Amino acid sequence: MSLLRINGLSKSFGGLRAVDGLSFEVTRGEVVGLLGPNGSGKTTAMNLISGALRADSGEIVFDGHCIEKLPPHRIARLGVARTFQLVRVLGTMSTAENVQAGLAFGSEHVFGAAARDASLVLLDRVGLRDRADLPASELTYIDQKRLELARALALGPQLLLLDEWLAGLNPSELREGIALIHDLRARGVTIILVEHVMDAVRALCDRCVVMSAGTKLAEGKTQDVLARDDVISAYLGVDHA
Amino acid sequence: MLLVELTVAALTLGGLYALIAMGLTLQYGVARIMNLAHGEFMVAAAFLAYWLVTGLGLHPLLALAVALPVGFLLQWLVYQALLTPLVRRAVSPAALEVDSILATFGLLFIVQGIVLVGFGGGYYSYSYLAFPVNVLGTPVSANRLLAAGVALVIGLAIYGVLVKSRWGTAMRAMAGAPRFAHLVGINPQAMAAFAFALGGSLVVGAGTLVSMFLPFSASMGVTFTMKALVIVIMGGVGNLMGCILAALLLGVVETLVSRFVDPGLTLAATFAIFLLVLLLRPQGLFGRAGR
Amino acid sequence: MMERINLGAWVVAAVLVMMAVLPIVAPGDYLLSYGINLLQYGTLATAWALFSGPTRYISLATTAFFGIGAYTVAVLGEVLPWPAILLVALLIGSLVAFVVGLSTLRLSGVHFVIFTFGLSELIRQLVTWYEVNVTKSIGRYIFTDISMRQIYWQLLALLALALLIGWLIRRSRLGLALRVIGEDEVVARHLGINTTRVKVLLFVVSAAFMTLVGAVMSPRWTYIDPAIVFNPSLSFQVLIMSLLGGAGQLLGPLAGVIPLTALFEYLSGRFPNYFSVLLGVTFLVIVYLVPNGVIERLRSVFRRRPVALEQKGSV
Repeated sequence: MSLLRINGLSKSFGGLRAVDGLSFEVTRGEVVGLLGPNGSGKTTAMNLISGALRADSGEIVFDGHCIEKLPPHRIARLGVARTFQLVRVLGTMSTAENVQAGLAFGSEHVFGAAARDASLVLLDRVGLRDRADLPASELTYIDQKRLELARALALGPQLLLLDEWLAGLNPSELREGIALIHDLRARGVTIILVEHVMDAVRALCDRCVVMSAGTKLAEGKTQDVLARDDVISAYLGVDHA
Repeated sequence: MLLVELTVAALTLGGLYALIAMGLTLQYGVARIMNLAHGEFMVAAAFLAYWLVTGLGLHPLLALAVALPVGFLLQWLVYQALLTPLVRRAVSPAALEVDSILATFGLLFIVQGIVLVGFGGGYYSYSYLAFPVNVLGTPVSANRLLAAGVALVIGLAIYGVLVKSRWGTAMRAMAGAPRFAHLVGINPQAMAAFAFALGGSLVVGAGTLVSMFLPFSASMGVTFTMKALVIVIMGGVGNLMGCILAALLLGVVETLVSRFVDPGLTLAATFAIFLLVLLLRPQGLFGRAGR
Repeated sequence: MMERINLGAWVVAAVLVMMAVLPIVAPGDYLLSYGINLLQYGTLATAWALFSGPTRYISLATTAFFGIGAYTVAVLGEVLPWPAILLVALLIGSLVAFVVGLSTLRLSGVHFVIFTFGLSELIRQLVTWYEVNVTKSIGRYIFTDISMRQIYWQLLALLALALLIGWLIRRSRLGLALRVIGEDEVVARHLGINTTRVKVLLFVVSAAFMTLVGAVMSPRWTYIDPAIVFNPSLSFQVLIMSLLGGAGQLLGPLAGVIPLTALFEYLSGRFPNYFSVLLGVTFLVIVYLVPNGVIERLRSVFRRRPVALEQKGSV
């Protein structure tokens, strides 16, 4: 059953067509990889879905609602949560308070003492429970990423957008991160994963959509897509005539 | 003829506003300082000119020639002494903006206070070229004409320099992408100080020109700052041409409102335009920074 | 968020009660006058910080709303009963705040600051124009039988109400939303917070208080005209006081109000001609030395673990 359907989505910045007629679908319960070399428009596409940017044309249908013209807070309320490429935690608030911010305004609408308990549960899942009362600015980079994930989950989303969430992790952190996402998937969260770490993509994604220069280059099952010549040359820039 | 009279009035006003606004857009666009004290320096310059002309007997144009470098130096000092500490401690552009708003707000009261101490709150003026000149059959005050002309010359010169010269381009580059300035060999701090000082000297020039044909008082500064701010937003921050066009537009609107509605409602007209721009095109009528 | 507020709340309540009985216990015009001054700035500064503290949007519009309140009384003073006048003033001030807020708070803080910067000047000019052209007379006399004591008690009530509302907001979801907005507005939107609506709501509440203070204070003048009532240094003084104490704490502004009211009274009495300059210098000292306010500075000294004060904006 289609949770997200994108049709002919386009966005330009001045003369640059960042996203050009993008179309794909995401089914409920899937983990879809959104791949492509740098500058192919992946993050712009994510920004368009989450509402951070407004599309020039095209439509985005989420859970039956047309969201391409909605402001981000309405889209968040409908059940879309995201992490950011450059981590954005609420620095002077504590780790737990960051999560409580998500709980207060998400689908659960939890506040007060109940929110405190719920935030600890979520922090536990990402392994931050013991740092619950630290100011978020004092967390390490990795922990801040985990916090962002916990905060996104606090919204109780149907669709989770992870923008290069696994970037910059060492091998053991990567294993933990992949396990976390596996767990989310097992709980029924639909995920779109923008990633460069191919191991993670192979491990997590059922399907992949590959972008290049703003358009969809390829779509299909992960191992098929990653073996295609045109996908490889898009990444490597080699001419496979 | 009414059209000539209105056109000259609009051009004079617009030209003056263009100078003031260009000064502010340099300060805000390049140096990232939202200078709420901008208009006060203009008023202070008017009083300086008054003193030079009536006290020392200098010719007003000579006073202008003196005021421009003095203004540049003064504003450069203001940047170094007052604003550099804020730049250093700012953790983000937004923080610098807040800090610079607060600091220049304080500066506003200081400068206005100094002028009040020196001259009191009344209106001052001096007489210069206060005779009519015949333009296309309509009598136009010579001092206004001269002020408009000089404003035009200065404005075009600055515009030309900023567009054609290397450091002018560097300045505009900084306005567009401040984070990357040093990557291309631009010293952001030196450039910011220079831009701030240059912007300040423009407003000092405008003040000197204004003193030639308009009575001025210590409390006029806020209105000019306000209009400059509106013009900068309307033209698009950092966009020089947009600034000039918006200034001329405001000059036209104000002249029309002053003539056909009521001279006491010109600020209201400015605000009304501002409101419209905010509601319809907040990035400015002419869009992004740059050319 | 300290939950030690319980003790603090009782202390504040006790102080308010003491202040309420003061005019009866220790009558005297000078004390009353000083008290009125203190309460006026206290309420204005608290109301200012209600909005500008958490959102980091600097409002320079205090004078505008104060003036609206005062002028409403001047116009309607003999026409309507006092409570009705207050209500009308409240409505006008709220409406203006709503329009200003709706048009500028969708955008970045700079647009808001610019608009509020010129707002009181704009309203002053509009009122002047109206008086000159429609009513044909600039000044107005205020004839009411409101006593100084009544002004004092009304201001006290407003201050208490402002503190109460501020306290309630902090503990509510609205307060959390405000904190998130002040930290990172993009994140706030992505968490489902309608940031514009929150900001406009707070701005209107803040402006409503300022308008009422202006209305309540106006019987202090027997004669007003737009220049008196739309005095720009009011916005400035309120700003300084809030910043000195710290706009991030509920009681912060009051901590700034108390010393500065005394200082400004002294300065305007001793150096009336230099008042503007001295105001500016005081302000710069505060901006440079205690940017987050005195209370925050003290807290960070006493805190066990040093916290990086890396806030997005330093109000």
